[in-house]
Amino acid sequence: MTTATGIAFQLLQSVFVVLAAPLLLGWVNQCRAWLQNRSAPSLLLPYYTLAKLFHKDAVIAHDASPLFRLTPYVLFGCMWLAAGIVPVLATDLPFAPAADIIALVGVFALARVFAALAAMDIGTSFGGLGARREMLIGFLAEPAMLMTLFTAAFISGSTQLTTIVETLAHREFAIYPSLAFAAVAFGMVLLAENARIPIDNPATHLELTMLHEALILEYSARHLALIEWAVAIKLFAYLTIGFALFAPWGIAAAGDWGTLPLAVAALALKLALAGAALALVEAVLAKMRLFLAPEFLSTAFLLAVLGMLIHFLVQG
Amino acid sequence: MSGSPLTGSLVALLAWLAIAALSLLPGRDAWFARRLAFPLGALAGLALAAFGLQAAWAPVAQMTLPLGLPDLPFHLRLDGLAGFFLTLLGAVSAGVTLYANGYFRDETSARLTLISLQYHVFLASMALVVLADDAYLFMVAWETMALSSYFLVTTDHRLPAVRSAGFLYLLIAHLGAIAILLSFGVMHGGQGDYTFNALRAAELTPFWATAAFLLAFFGFGAKAGMIPLHAWLPEAHPAAPTPVSALMSGIMLKTAIYGMVRVIYDLIGGVRWEWGLLVLAVGAGTTLFGVLYALMQHDLKRLLAYHSVENIGIILLGLGMSMVFVGFGQTAAGALGLIAALYHTLNHAVFKALLFLGAGSILRLRGLRDLNDMGGLIRTMPNTAFYFLVGALAISALPPLNGFVSEWLTFQTALQAPLLEHGVVRSLLPLFAATLALAGALTAMCFVKVYGIAFLGQVRAPRHPVHAPAAGAGRDCGGAERMGMAWLAAGCAVLGLFPASFLLTLNRICVALLGGGVPESALESSWLWLVPTSAAQASYSPVIFLAVIVAVTWLTFLLVRRFYHGRVRYSHPWDCGYPEQTARMQETADAFGQPIRHVFGPLYLMKRHLPAPDDPAPRYSLRIEDRHWYLLYLPVARLAEFVSAKIGLLQRGRISIYLLYSFLTLIGLLVFVR
Repeated sequence: MTTATGIAFQLLQSVFVVLAAPLLLGWVNQCRAWLQNRSAPSLLLPYYTLAKLFHKDAVIAHDASPLFRLTPYVLFGCMWLAAGIVPVLATDLPFAPAADIIALVGVFALARVFAALAAMDIGTSFGGLGARREMLIGFLAEPAMLMTLFTAAFISGSTQLTTIVETLAHREFAIYPSLAFAAVAFGMVLLAENARIPIDNPATHLELTMLHEALILEYSARHLALIEWAVAIKLFAYLTIGFALFAPWGIAAAGDWGTLPLAVAALALKLALAGAALALVEAVLAKMRLFLAPEFLSTAFLLAVLGMLIHFLVQG
Repeated sequence: MSGSPLTGSLVALLAWLAIAALSLLPGRDAWFARRLAFPLGALAGLALAAFGLQAAWAPVAQMTLPLGLPDLPFHLRLDGLAGFFLTLLGAVSAGVTLYANGYFRDETSARLTLISLQYHVFLASMALVVLADDAYLFMVAWETMALSSYFLVTTDHRLPAVRSAGFLYLLIAHLGAIAILLSFGVMHGGQGDYTFNALRAAELTPFWATAAFLLAFFGFGAKAGMIPLHAWLPEAHPAAPTPVSALMSGIMLKTAIYGMVRVIYDLIGGVRWEWGLLVLAVGAGTTLFGVLYALMQHDLKRLLAYHSVENIGIILLGLGMSMVFVGFGQTAAGALGLIAALYHTLNHAVFKALLFLGAGSILRLRGLRDLNDMGGLIRTMPNTAFYFLVGALAISALPPLNGFVSEWLTFQTALQAPLLEHGVVRSLLPLFAATLALAGALTAMCFVKVYGIAFLGQVRAPRHPVHAPAAGAGRDCGGAERMGMAWLAAGCAVLGLFPASFLLTLNRICVALLGGGVPESALESSWLWLVPTSAAQASYSPVIFLAVIVAVTWLTFLLVRRFYHGRVRYSHPWDCGYPEQTARMQETADAFGQPIRHVFGPLYLMKRHLPAPDDPAPRYSLRIEDRHWYLLYLPVARLAEFVSAKIGLLQRGRISIYLLYSFLTLIGLLVFVR
C-alpha cells in the first residue's frame, strides 16, 4: 500500500461522502413522507434545491461584515474535513491521524461557533435568538458526546476512529453492555446536534420553535446552498461515526481493496436502515419545549456515564 | 559563568529595575517614560524569554548573591521549570509592554512616571519569584509583586470602587502570603536553613507533608484565584489599567501555578493521590464557577476576569490528574498531565493577555466597558476585531489554535485512567474530563456572546460610557497596540500549530521533576504530529487540520465562482420580513445568558424584580451575586470586626493604663521565663 494510493482513496472517500450526503437527506425525507401518508418527493430533491440555490443571486444585508460571507465556506470546509476523517468505507485513511475523535468534536464546535457568530452579524433579533439557542444545545450535547466517545475509547484503548473500528470490527463476537448504553446516548446526541425532532424541527419556520433555521435566516442563494449542503454532510458524518463505533461490520480493512464493493453495499444498507429509523423517530415524537432539551441531553449524558462505569466494572 | 542563561536572566531583570528607576528622570513631559521605557522593557522581556528557553535545555545553574540580611544571602537557581516560566513571563510581557506604550500615550506625565516605575518593578519582581532559591528571597519577591501590583491596581485611586477593590486584593494576597510562609515553615521541619535545597532534603512525616501541601495549596490558590478565594479577581482586574489587567491575569496568576508546582513536586516531593483528588475537586468547582459567572457578566473586563478563574480551574484539573497518576506510581501518565497543565498555563497567558488588550482598545478609544453599549465594532475597529477573534477562538478551545491543544492533552490524560488500580478514582477521572468538556462548550457560548454583541451587529447608543470617546473617535488602535496584539495572536497560532517542540521542552522539565516523562520517541517523531503516547493510541496534527480546512474552503470558493457566479445584491436585513428593526432590538449580554440562568438557576444568587402587568412604570431588574460573599466573606469579616472590637476594649487612651499593661506583661514574663 503506497501513500499515493492511500491519498487517492482518501480524496475519493471524502468526495463520495460530500456527493452522497444530500441523497441521505432525500431518503430520510422520503421515508418521513411515507410514514405521514403523504406522497413522497423525489429522492433527488435535495440536489435540485441545491442547484436552484446556486443559480440565484445572493442577497446580503447592507451591514454584513466579511465574517458573514466567509462563514458558509468555513462550515462547508469543516464538514468536508469531518467527512474525510471518519472511516466510512475503509480504515486506510492517511489523513485520519490528523484528528482523533476529540478533535472531531472540535471540528463540529468550530463550525457551530462560526454559524452562531454569522447569525449575530447582521444584528437582527432572530439571529441572536438562534445563536443563543444553538450554543445552548451545543454545551449540553458536547459533554454527552465526549462521554460516549470515551466509552468506545476505553474499550479499544485509542481515540483514533480508525483504530477503534479495527479493534471493534475484528473482535470476537461478544456483547458489550457499555456500548449499548453509549449507543443510546449517541443516538440522542445525534438528534440534538443535527437539529432533528425532538430538539428542533427541520421542517418549520416558526420563530417559537426554530433553532437551526433562525441561525441561517439571513442567508440566501449560494451561501444558503453551502450551509444546507454542510448540514447534510454533518448528518452523514454523524451516522457514519455511529456505525464506526457501534456497527463497524463490513468496513474494509487496511489495504484490502477487494472488500471495497462489499463495504459500499454494507454502508448503503446501514444508511438506508438508519435513515428509515431516523424518519420513524421523527414521525413518532413531538418537538419538545426548548427548556426540556437540558433534561433530554442530561439523560444522554448520564446514560453515557453509566456505559463507562459498566465498562470499568465488567473489566475490573 | 558569562553568557549562561542565569546571568542573562539576571541582566534582563536588572534592566527592568533600571528602566523603573530611569522613569523617574525629571525632564520635559516625562520623555523617558513616554518614549523609551516601554519599548526597552519589551526588549528586556524578549531577552528574558530567550534565556528562559535556553535554560530549559541547559544544566541547572545556581548563584548566591551577597545581598539581603547578614548571613542570609539571596540564592538564585535556574532550572527547566523556572526557565519555562521565565519564557512565559518574557514573551507575554513583551507583547503587553509594547501595547502599553501606545495605551498610556494620553496619560499625564506625573501618572505615567509612576505607572512606568511600578510596572517595571512588578515585572522584575515576578522574574525574581521564579528565580528565587530560598524561602526568604521568595517571600521578599512575592510581597514586592503583591505590593507593586496593588499600586498599579489603584492607579485610579480617586474612585472609591477602585480603592475598595485594591483593599480586597491586598487582603487576600496577604492571607495567601501567610499560608505560604507557614508552609515553608512546616517544610523546614526544624533543622537546617531556609534554602530550597534544605527544604528538599527535609524528611517529613505524611501528616506534616499533607499540612505543608494544604497550606501551600491554600496560599498559592489565593493568588491564583481558585474558589473560594477568587473574590478579588473580578474586582481588581476591571479596576486596573488594561495592560496591568493583562499582566495580572496573564502572568501574575501563573506565578501561583509556578509556586504550586515547585512546592508540591519539587520541595515536598512524594506526591500522594489524595492530594490530587482535592486539587481535582477544587479545580472542577473553580472551572464551572468561573465560566458560569462569566456568562452572567456584561462588563467586558469583569467577564474576562471570571474566565481567568475558569482557566485556573482547568490548569488545576490537569495538575490534579497528574498528581493522582504520580501518587499511584504512573509516572508517564503523570508527566502527561503535568505537561497539559503547564501548556495550558502558557496558552492561557497568551490568549488572555490578548483578549484583555482587545478590551483595552475598546475602553480607551470608545470609552466603553459595558457589552450592552457596544455593537458593530468590527466595522470601525477591524484590526482589534481580528485579533480579538483569534483570542476568542483560542480560549473557546477550538482547533487548530492553542487552547484546544492543552485541553486535548488534558483529555488524553484522563483517558489514561485504566492504568489506575483504584476503581473509584479510575471512574472519577473521566467525569472530571466531562467537567472540562462542559466548561469548554460554555466558554464557546460566552465568547460567541462577547464577540457577537461587541463586534458584530449594529451600533448601539451607549448608555453607561466610562468616559467620553478618545479624540478622533471612529478610528482603530494605533501601531504600537497593533504590534502588541499581533505578537500575542501569532503566539496563539504558533502554540496551536506547532506544539510538538514546546511539548518536548516541557517533557524535559517533567523528567527533571518526576524522574520520568512521556516516551520521547513519540514526541520526537515529527514536528507535524502531536503524539502523546503512541500513534495507535492518539494523534493530532493541527497543521494538516488547518491546511485541509483552508484548502477545501478556498477550493469551494473557486468552484462556486467557476460553475456558478459571484453576484451579490445588497438589501435590508430579511428578519422574517419585519421592517422596523432597530439596534435596540438586538440581543443583549443579559439576554444571551438567559438560557444559562434557566438551566443553572439554583447555582446563582439571583435578585430579580419582575413588574406586575398593571404596573404603570414597569422596571425590570436583575442582579446576580456571588454566594461566597454571604457564606464566607461577610461572616469572616463580621468575626474579624467582632474580635477587633473586643481587643479594642484594651485601648483606654490613658497613659497610666498603658503603663499598667507594660508592668503586668513584665511580671508575666518574669513568671514564665526564668
